[in-house]
Amino acid sequence: MIDTARLKAWLRRYAELIHVHKDELTALDATIGDADHGTNMDRGMQAVLHILGDEEDANENIRPAELLKQVAMVLISKVGGASGPLYGTAFLRMAQAVGEKEQLNEEDIAQMFAAGLNGMKERGKADLGDKTMVDAYARAVSALSSSLAEGFPLKESLAQAISAAKEGSDQTIPLIARKGRASYLGERSRGHRDPGSLSTVYLFEAALVFAGEGEINHA
Amino acid sequence: MKKLINRVEDVVSESIEGLVLANPDLVRYEREPFFVYRASSQTKEKVALVSGGGSGHEPLHGGYVGYGMLDAACPGEIFTSPVPDQIVSAVKKVDHGAGVLLIVKNYTGDVMNFEMAHEILEMEGIKVERVIVSDDVAVEDSLYTTGRRGVGGTVLLEKIVGAAAEEGWDLERVKDLAERVAGRVRSMGLALSSCTVPAKGSPTFALGHDEIELGIGIHGEPGRKRIPKQPADTLTEMLTQPIIDDLALTSGDSVIALVNGMGGTPLMELYIVYRKLEQLLRERGIAIQRNLVGNYITSLEMQGVSITLLKADEEILAFWDLPVHTSALRWGM
Repeated sequence: MIDTARLKAWLRRYAELIHVHKDELTALDATIGDADHGTNMDRGMQAVLHILGDEEDANENIRPAELLKQVAMVLISKVGGASGPLYGTAFLRMAQAVGEKEQLNEEDIAQMFAAGLNGMKERGKADLGDKTMVDAYARAVSALSSSLAEGFPLKESLAQAISAAKEGSDQTIPLIARKGRASYLGERSRGHRDPGSLSTVYLFEAALVFAGEGEINHA
Repeated sequence: MKKLINRVEDVVSESIEGLVLANPDLVRYEREPFFVYRASSQTKEKVALVSGGGSGHEPLHGGYVGYGMLDAACPGEIFTSPVPDQIVSAVKKVDHGAGVLLIVKNYTGDVMNFEMAHEILEMEGIKVERVIVSDDVAVEDSLYTTGRRGVGGTVLLEKIVGAAAEEGWDLERVKDLAERVAGRVRSMGLALSSCTVPAKGSPTFALGHDEIELGIGIHGEPGRKRIPKQPADTLTEMLTQPIIDDLALTSGDSVIALVNGMGGTPLMELYIVYRKLEQLLRERGIAIQRNLVGNYITSLEMQGVSITLLKADEEILAFWDLPVHTSALRWGM
């Protein structure tokens, strides 16, 4: 079962991945956007780390929903651009989806991610094929749900979700952008990966900590 | 990267600090959340105008806070939209009960952040309306895409609508006027060089010595296409014709023209562009009734130019001529 402490481990891992890949995300954005995706996401996730507190912090008695809501508010107020409202709205919906639960099982996690996707799609008015983070996120959500439904354990299902997200991100490369700043480039947006789709891949990669994988080694 | 900056993370706040110190009679700012507002307290009940957007476009928007234009501006990080907290706080600071018009440039991030702020403000019972500026003809308009960017037309709209608000027009009429102006203003720009976002430290795109980016926005993003360099007259025509076509300007029409530098263009060159623009319009029987030539909406140190034409009528010209007193635009007082 996944509790608040485990969700925090996920967010710490996500912050770490964003930090490590900050320049890569910004470089992708420079090609078809405005060169700030890595910088903005890193600023937001560093602020999220700040509210997570120390690992031994006693502040673990808050419910998952409260944690997710706090993360949403930090992202909305610190990231700016389009990514702030998009990821912020996704986390707000995740908070709503987990409700009053103290512990989340595998299905809860799948529903949590699915609710986040709906929030992101509504806020950005984007759908599959628009060359946005939705291209990675939507594929990850359906891979996660169907893998769990077929009876695979969480670890394998998350691995499926990650490769689906990567595939979705790869598939943004030949697309013409229909949403976001890259859409101004028209035909010239072809041949480049959408940076938001890659930061979404990392969100699912970090989620491997739900299955006890990929945790940061503080030793 | 060589820039007149201190720490990269302080660029936006130190620039606004300087703006406020240089214009103590005009503007003040609040730090947390961050926004600029008029120094003079409101003596009459009027509709307040609040805008904002990424920084790096100076004087937009902080330079247009003052009598006859904006009541507050929310600066985001460089080329990054402000966040809802800033917009909500700025609106609450300048709303005196007559309501607030949000002026938003059509970029995904700006639209979403202003939309979230709008939702929060409505929940709190504050009267808010929103106008979206999308005047860039370089981008094809479509229901299925983000649509056209908001560029130079924003400056003209803020001046005209600001005058109407100062005249005591109510929120509904102010909004209608803003929509009307937004519907008749079009722009197009080009870049001779890229610009360097301080947090990135290197130019956003690489441009050869003899290459030009045509159809750029204001964020150092690449344009619609890359062309070999041309004389100023040819380039001016390449920018002007799509605007004339889009606005369907014909002989007898009047316009307000803005020839805008992107931050690193000598005024000398902007006048060479204005000279050709005036000639092109005159040949077609279109009269430039009013004009601005200079750096009004920029893209850091980019070399380049944008042309904006607003199809004018008597009402628009009358509001244009009313007094304005901001740090970047001042006449009549």
